Amino acid sequence: MSDSSKQQQELIRNFSIIAHIDHGKSTLADRILEYTGALSNREKQDQYLDTMDLERERGITIKLQSVRLPYKAKDGKEYIINLIDTPGHVDFAYEVSRSLAACEGALLVVDAAQGVEAQTMANVYLALENDLEILPVINKVDLPSAEPERVKEEIEDLIGLDASEAVHASAKEGIGTEEILEQIVEKVPPPSGDPDSPLKALIYDSIYDSYRGVITYIRVVDGSIRKGMKVRMMATGKEFEVTDVGVFTPKPVSKDELAVGEVGFMVASIKDVKVTRVGDTITDANHPASEPLPGYRKINPMVFCGMYPVDSGDYDDLREALEKLELNDASLRYEPETSGALGFGFRCGFLGLLHMEVIQERIEREYNIPLITTAPSVVYKVYKTDGELLEIENPTLMPPQQQIDHVEEPFVRATMMVPNDFVGAVMELCQSKRGEYVDMQYLDANRVNIVYELPLAEIVYDFFDQLKSGTKGYASFDYELSGYKTSDLVKMDILLNGEPVDALSFIVHKERAYYRGRQLVEKLKKLIPRQMFEVPVQAAIGNKVVARETIRAQRKNVLAKCYGGDISRKRKLLEKQKEGKKRMKAVGNVEVPQEAFMAVLQMDDADSKK
Amino acid sequence: MKPRAVYIHIPFCAHKCHYCDFTAYVVDGQPVDQYLEALEQEMARTVEETPPTTIETIFIGGGTPTVLTPVQMERFMQAIQRYFPNRSEDIEFTVEANPGTTDPEKLAIMKEGGVNRLSFGAQTFRFDLLKKIGRTHTVEDIERSVEQSRMAGIDNVSLDLMFGLPEQTVPDMEEALARGIALYPDHFSVYSLKVEEGTLFHRKLLEGKLPLPTEDDELEMYLLTRRRLMEAGYKQYEVSNFSRPMKESRHNTTYWLNQPYYGLGAGAHGYTNGIRHENVRGVSEYIRLAHFRRPVAQMHRVEEGEAMENHFILGLRLMDGVSRTRFERLYGKSPEAVFGPVLDHLQKRQLICLKGDRYLLTEQGLLFGNEVFASFLKEVV
Repeated sequence: MSDSSKQQQELIRNFSIIAHIDHGKSTLADRILEYTGALSNREKQDQYLDTMDLERERGITIKLQSVRLPYKAKDGKEYIINLIDTPGHVDFAYEVSRSLAACEGALLVVDAAQGVEAQTMANVYLALENDLEILPVINKVDLPSAEPERVKEEIEDLIGLDASEAVHASAKEGIGTEEILEQIVEKVPPPSGDPDSPLKALIYDSIYDSYRGVITYIRVVDGSIRKGMKVRMMATGKEFEVTDVGVFTPKPVSKDELAVGEVGFMVASIKDVKVTRVGDTITDANHPASEPLPGYRKINPMVFCGMYPVDSGDYDDLREALEKLELNDASLRYEPETSGALGFGFRCGFLGLLHMEVIQERIEREYNIPLITTAPSVVYKVYKTDGELLEIENPTLMPPQQQIDHVEEPFVRATMMVPNDFVGAVMELCQSKRGEYVDMQYLDANRVNIVYELPLAEIVYDFFDQLKSGTKGYASFDYELSGYKTSDLVKMDILLNGEPVDALSFIVHKERAYYRGRQLVEKLKKLIPRQMFEVPVQAAIGNKVVARETIRAQRKNVLAKCYGGDISRKRKLLEKQKEGKKRMKAVGNVEVPQEAFMAVLQMDDADSKK
Repeated sequence: MKPRAVYIHIPFCAHKCHYCDFTAYVVDGQPVDQYLEALEQEMARTVEETPPTTIETIFIGGGTPTVLTPVQMERFMQAIQRYFPNRSEDIEFTVEANPGTTDPEKLAIMKEGGVNRLSFGAQTFRFDLLKKIGRTHTVEDIERSVEQSRMAGIDNVSLDLMFGLPEQTVPDMEEALARGIALYPDHFSVYSLKVEEGTLFHRKLLEGKLPLPTEDDELEMYLLTRRRLMEAGYKQYEVSNFSRPMKESRHNTTYWLNQPYYGLGAGAHGYTNGIRHENVRGVSEYIRLAHFRRPVAQMHRVEEGEAMENHFILGLRLMDGVSRTRFERLYGKSPEAVFGPVLDHLQKRQLICLKGDRYLLTEQGLLFGNEVFASFLKEVV
């Protein structure tokens, strides 16, 4: 290795920022960008790194960003600091872990008033797994309610990090930015890769650009990557010629090569993000590395739901929207399906519920297509008596009970880290969700790691919300698929006016079937407005009705009020009534509001208290 | 088409009723004389802009027009005579009145001014219910007022009744109808209570302190009303209106036929020269503006599409329904050319039917009028 390249490598620092939502990650990132001159005031726009409207609004990062910052430290040397952004939700835990794997250090930003929050802990543990140097930063010290010393103690107690040198910062006021940069230079180790080994570059994200094809975000771990080089994606085996490499300043700037330890992008006329999987290793096709980088997982969608346009005329627009979203989202799946109740639509697969909500919101907002989303489902394995195996993502497709030998459902291994006081609450919750106890470890006097096997279907319901409320938000939560197990499951059909509504069917554990059916018909009775005729709402397993409610007929709807000559008020009233109708879907001759199709999710799950 | 109907609003009342959201102010301390002066100014400006032809109907509404003192009433009658002198021989000239606010002197002045119809806000015939809705008259007041009206020679009398009042029961309604019918009026307007924002009732409703009858009871009151009045020889000619033969309110029918009318006074609406307007509601604002110009708060030209929608929304309220021929004559297009799919769909759902030349509400359609009317509105994008 030449001395100069060795020197160059010594001056690189790669880090990311871990913070709870609202604890000021994006603002801090902006301050760092400004301080290092990467962002001129002219370009300044609040929260530069969160580029999607939705990200900025919900304060969550969905697509990752990175930026290369030149920094002249107090020691007189010119460093290159790469900031790699991370998404912030359990649905994207794998992406987080890969972007952390691209770093040597992480800033742990904690709100000086609110202290350490659950989400933060989950990511801190991911960072520790990846052997990152963690630098605590106490943010918002300018707030009157700030208690930096208490928060430091908390960091030491809860996470076991030395917080004595934690930077006191206020990203809003620009306090502490220089000190943070100095600590990064001083404490985060430089990348340790070997420039002379065959190329190994970690893919931590990719985006689709309509002019250049897929732009892959990479961290070079060993060797280097150059324009014109032939590379291979080790997991998918696909080979491409590199047409461009470069760095983000934050504007993309082309370079001849990315050397060991560097973070940047690669373009290679790739048409499909599914080829460039997050966590995969890029290597030199002519001198391939023998082993890929560790940690790659193939991500499969775990949660499925039907998405239908409210107005069937929007079907083609919906397909186009999904096509466009898929270009940028390797974990989104969709295929056409038809529902008797809802018409033509798509069955879509997602990483989790948040992922689903994000996609749904983007379609409604960016593409302006009002949607009806059916309740999410998982993939069931149905073994039929004739030996056939069906994988069912849509409850409607469940074969009749008598053809089924048995059904398996996906289980996850769920790891929850909670402060001591909440152990009882968490165990009770897991038990009520058909969980099987696996393990429990006291990490120290305060923290307990609880491991349960849980049916994924229960998590898809409202497990996360209940966990949060049951632990005042302190529990961290991560899960991975652990396999399929036989369960006593049945399909519940919902009938409106005697007609089964396929979009409302769901699969449920037999023991809870009666209860859930009862609850759902009650909920539907509340959600579906009265019609001009009586509408029975029934829940049935096979031919057996297990619950029934009746939506009484509306008996009149008339303006018998005296309005004199004031037609404008009359019209306003009628318009309001008509507007309300537009959000309804006619199922048979029953007008059903959008929310009804998600009702199965919104049941206040009293069975957790059973 | 020139307006042949005049509406004039008197926004003063002795008390404000708990359900009222019309332009109405408690009369004590109000600048009534200045208001009447402003009204004259508005009438002057209006007839200058749109000179009147033969007037067929005049309707003085409120508020309570009969809170005017005899002197004020006389002045008011003279002003109307001055600006709308050309009256049809069989003019219908109505004044709204609250029971107990008329006396022989005032009635004589009105009669002298040409008034030939009185519309009494009886509302109901149970004193405690009347009190609860904020009315200050008694059951005896109703009976006495009707009698006085006839004695004064104003013998075309209409009674307003309300149903769906808090704590009102079906038997209450039955009694109100019986006692109303016993007075032998020529006409009934029977309205359901609608709780409007900004009223005392609305606040009570939000607080959960407004014991409204159930939907079933309310419906029963409406059906009972139709039954009882029909038995007593009244014909339903509109969703809420019933009359003896030839005693339909010709003034209100102007509205339902979507025909033009002058609208004068604070908060009044008018429809002249294809323009609908609404006057300012505040009395002092009205007085101030009327010195300079017509005290209009907003106005808008009704485009043909909207006019055709209004034509059906208003017209279907009449039991005679909407005449295809008249529609075609007015707009040069058939109703089917404009509303084809809507008309089909409504007929399929048996909410309307076509009888000869006319589209009518069916029995079911009458109960679901809002469904029917709303479907004529263009999609709001």
